[in-house]
Amino acid sequence: MAGENCLVANDWICGEYLRSRSQELTDATVEHIWITAVSVLIGLAVAFPLALLARRGRHFAGPVLGLTTVLYTVPSLAMFSLLLPLFGLSAALVVTGLVLYSLTILVRNVLAGLEAVPPEAKEAAKGMGYGPARLLWEVELPLALPALMAGLRIATVSTVALTTVGSLVGKGGLGNLIEDALPSLFKAQVLTASVLCVLLAVAADLLLLGVQRLLTPWTRIRATAGPDRGALIAKVEAG
Amino acid sequence: MGVVGDAWTWLTTGSNWSGESGAAHRLAEHVYVSGVALALACAIALPVALYLGHLGKGGALAVNISNVGRAVPVFAVLALFMLTPLRNSGYWPTIIALVLFAVPPLLTNAYVGITEVDRAVVEAARGMGMSGPQLFARVELPLAYPLIMTGLRSAAVQVVATASIAAMVGLGGLGRIITAGFNTYDTAQVFAGAVLVAGLALVAEGTLTALDRLLSPLRRRRRA
Repeated sequence: MAGENCLVANDWICGEYLRSRSQELTDATVEHIWITAVSVLIGLAVAFPLALLARRGRHFAGPVLGLTTVLYTVPSLAMFSLLLPLFGLSAALVVTGLVLYSLTILVRNVLAGLEAVPPEAKEAAKGMGYGPARLLWEVELPLALPALMAGLRIATVSTVALTTVGSLVGKGGLGNLIEDALPSLFKAQVLTASVLCVLLAVAADLLLLGVQRLLTPWTRIRATAGPDRGALIAKVEAG
Repeated sequence: MGVVGDAWTWLTTGSNWSGESGAAHRLAEHVYVSGVALALACAIALPVALYLGHLGKGGALAVNISNVGRAVPVFAVLALFMLTPLRNSGYWPTIIALVLFAVPPLLTNAYVGITEVDRAVVEAARGMGMSGPQLFARVELPLAYPLIMTGLRSAAVQVVATASIAAMVGLGGLGRIITAGFNTYDTAQVFAGAVLVAGLALVAEGTLTALDRLLSPLRRRRRA
């Protein structure tokens, strides 16, 4: 009974709200995850070739880095509005805006990662007869992975937060719930959606950290240099 | 594209610039709120970061605050402010939110800038008999200057961007032109407002870049 009263009393924290609107909350969270994931994946797919292009020399690096930096300067509300004539009120509008934002961080990190690959490693691979494609895929990419993943984590966390602004065109995931609740000053909904947003960002960050650890097992061995190191290497070799 | 032409017409129509909700007043609001917030954020973040950097302690905290900041949506923070008594205090909800988001980049960059100063240079200055304050003012601060200014630039851009989101919760600033356009299905006005907001952000970035070059302590020394 006390639970139902909190909806009437407009408390900040309300169990009854969570129970009665669980479907609405789940839908908004799913939309939020969906928009974020698609944006970051497209961002990565666009940023990677751009970084490879920027690596080819100063003539390419200047325009690529300059353009992505200028895009990052444009405020999100303006970005979504500027894209409006092109896409109309759609999820594609929000996704495009978020992709453009993620490019700055992703291109810089992929580039930094690729440039930090030791030249000896590349020379050795070339000497072993690796072609450019195999060199990139089997030597450079794994060694650039920590920097790439660091960029991916920053881009994902910012994208989760920025997605809320998409509620301007009705495609903001949890942001929609915040916007809906504002006119009626519905405290429980604003607080719940905000907290879910932050939790989503933290969860995505931890997930990507886990992925990074799985993809780069060698960094873990180096990190635990100490008496256990021999045992660890033995275990890895056995596995 | 018809929208671009219509937006140009909107921007060049005098009546759209006058009055309480006109572009001129919104622009003034935007600049005022952003300026006050940036000044407050500098007043809070820079002394703390520079002092901690000089001591070489407490950096993990600065960097972590900055990372957590990315995860918190501006829109959510402003919406939460609007549900508290703060909503009746004019520009303050926006200013407080802006300060909150401008402090982390300022803090991280200033702290990292001071601690990244070459230890050999610091030791040499000590060996020459410089006191703590002298070391700070003549060695650490000039060498950390580029990173401090980078932090200031990213904070300024963030502040201008955040000030436009204030419109989504019904507060002032240039964003109001965009949200008002949305409410009346006036795409030309939405586009015109977006051009103004984006333009202001680019002008802010450009001004600070120019200021950065003008004030750079290393440049002055080279000229002298």
